[in-house]
Amino acid sequence: MKLWKGHKEQLDGKAPMDNDCAVVAEELTKKFGKFIAVDHVSFKVKRGEIFGFLGPNGAGKSTTIRMLCGLFSPTEGSAHVGGFDVATQPDEIKSRIGYMSQKFSLYEDLTVEQNINFYGGIYGLEGARLEERKHWVIEMAGLAGKESMLAHTLSGGWRQRLALGCSILHEPPILFLDEPTGGVDPVSRRKFWDLIYDLSHRGVTIFVTTHYMDEAEHCHTIGLIYTGKLIALGSPTELKHSLDRYSVFEVQCSNTVDAMELLRGQAWAAETSIFGSAFHISTLNVSDAEKKIQGILTNEKIAVSRIEKIIPSLEDVFIQRIAEEDARKNGARN
Amino acid sequence: MKLHLVSLNILPIVRKEFRQIKRDKRILSILLFIPALMLLMFGYALNFDVKHTSMAVYDEDRSSVSREFTEQFFISEYFTKVQTLESKAEINNLLDAEKARVVLVIPSSFTKDIQRGRAASVQVIVDGTNSNAAATVLGYINAIIQQYSVKVMTESFVRMGQQNITMPIDFEPRVWYNPELESAKFLVPGLIAFILMVTAVVSTALAIVRERELGTMEQLMVSPIKPIELILGKTIPYTIISLFATVTILFLGSILFDVSIKGSIFLLSLVTFIFFIGSLGMGLLISTMVETQQLAFMIAAIVSMLPTFILSGFVFPIRNMPIIIQGITYLLPARYFLVALRAIILKGAGLSAFWDQALILTIYAVIMIGISSLRMRKILA
Ligand SMILES: Nc1ncnc2c1ncn2[C@@H]1O[C@H](COP(=O)(O)OP(=O)(O)O)[C@@H](O)[C@H]1O
Ligand SMILES: [Mg+2]
Repeated sequence: MKLWKGHKEQLDGKAPMDNDCAVVAEELTKKFGKFIAVDHVSFKVKRGEIFGFLGPNGAGKSTTIRMLCGLFSPTEGSAHVGGFDVATQPDEIKSRIGYMSQKFSLYEDLTVEQNINFYGGIYGLEGARLEERKHWVIEMAGLAGKESMLAHTLSGGWRQRLALGCSILHEPPILFLDEPTGGVDPVSRRKFWDLIYDLSHRGVTIFVTTHYMDEAEHCHTIGLIYTGKLIALGSPTELKHSLDRYSVFEVQCSNTVDAMELLRGQAWAAETSIFGSAFHISTLNVSDAEKKIQGILTNEKIAVSRIEKIIPSLEDVFIQRIAEEDARKNGARN
Repeated sequence: MKLHLVSLNILPIVRKEFRQIKRDKRILSILLFIPALMLLMFGYALNFDVKHTSMAVYDEDRSSVSREFTEQFFISEYFTKVQTLESKAEINNLLDAEKARVVLVIPSSFTKDIQRGRAASVQVIVDGTNSNAAATVLGYINAIIQQYSVKVMTESFVRMGQQNITMPIDFEPRVWYNPELESAKFLVPGLIAFILMVTAVVSTALAIVRERELGTMEQLMVSPIKPIELILGKTIPYTIISLFATVTILFLGSILFDVSIKGSIFLLSLVTFIFFIGSLGMGLLISTMVETQQLAFMIAAIVSMLPTFILSGFVFPIRNMPIIIQGITYLLPARYFLVALRAIILKGAGLSAFWDQALILTIYAVIMIGISSLRMRKILA
């Protein structure tokens, strides 16, 4: 297939600064009145990488992405996208980014093809180029044969891929996806991530927000945002190694809730969290943790069927970080 | 080479908007068929012309003269005789039961007075429930009586031997600008104002709020589309449709009700355009203030459709309204537009007759477009 044209243009050096980074945020802040939705967030997104912006609902993901796309102006701090300042050069940014908002923005009363024609049109595509891109998007999204179906008759996965297609018709070198897989079945999610990888291989920089942990594993770099603050940043491996001073165990027992309650009281237990039918416990500065856990639970007549030392998952990392952040905040308040 | 200063990318939006309008049969029917329907409805069914009004006669005179006089009413198509009364007491019952809307009472001295050359008086009792109709009926009665008086006068002159007398005054019942008092002639300009208001304000507000509600607006805002392109692209389709509706009303008005445009088409288009721009501004303004289509529709209807229908003088004459309401009508652009339209279509007047109305409409349009584009810029930029 063809080279991603937009990316080539980008590499030609039109962007004035920091050629390794597609997105640079420095102390980026957004306040709504007194409420701080995004609180002095700094990060860099390297060209061609998949940057996962992870956080629970209301953490400030969409607000951050909106500032980067020029929809909101930052209250404080700055951000550069493709080398252009979001506050002063939104027009330069607009033609170089693709954006797929949290509600996939398709016209439900138009057909697949009409949606593509419209979005192509507003990006100034016409004639042969539009036809070529339309063909590409329809192939990519697996929508061949569905061109004249109304968008609202498509099921979640198709609509989501069509929305993605519409946002990359103009071959943007930087792509912002705001919770693109929300409310989509697992198979479609899988397919969607294949498309994201494919784009990434073509050199497109992808900034994607999500609250699915498993999706975070697919990213080259992850930023964790929690109540407006960036509380972790790094590659999945780096983040997992950041928990090296902890030992993490997965425990399967007869009474998960009581067991967690009991263990939380121990000085050496850093954090506990439910994990499927089992739970995870991270421990700090303790030897023979496995035996201690076994002992405490057996004492209370809780039958332990399995205790296993595990490599921490990203979820363990995030739970740990969120707990630290909550503790820090409470400490500051007291 | 494209001239980048003047090249605006509006075609994709216009095309898309037309597709959506075509898809949504409701909008299209509201925009195209409702005006025609209203014209037919108001022109025929809810005719303001008062014809075949039921009339009863209580004739105390019972002479050939009084009978001749009474006949004058029933040879016109305006009145239909329902009953001849035997006593005065029957009058109340008759009116209460709505068996007659008008009662003509001829006193016993009627013939005597006429023969002696004295002013003969008759009493006319009209059911005033519908004040507009009552006023019209009184007008007819007055005209018929005047006409008869002239006839009597002429005859007495002739009897007195003066030949070849010419009528001093022509006492035809006459109403200016609308000689047959035909409602359709008043309705055509009113309907034009109404439909322009509805398309401009309601459709524009809805078309923009719909994108905000569905989240597609956000997608447009991250695209290189400029606010002006978006606004033009969104409003041009509705402008075309309202023009079409306007022409339809004018055409139907002319073939069905014989309402031809007496004045200049250019002036008509100019005033209509100014009014339309002001209404577009209003629609845009509403779209910047609300988040949901439902609310947009409610507000647009409250500020545009209702006042245009009720307060602009479209259906109810402004001079019959309470003073406070009359004051409010000065705030409605449709009021000025209607005066100008009626002047052009019915009277064939030139700009000098309604320049003040046109000026107010222009000021209104400038203010509306000014405020709404400021607010739009805030939202879209
Ligand atoms: N336009 C706005 N006005 C006021 N508050 C807002 C606005 N947009 C978002 N917020 C608030 O900012 C916080 C972060 O929202 P958002 O960025 O949408 O979170 P996320 O996308 O991570 O779920 C939320 O508490 C939300 O209520
Ligand atoms: Mg969000």
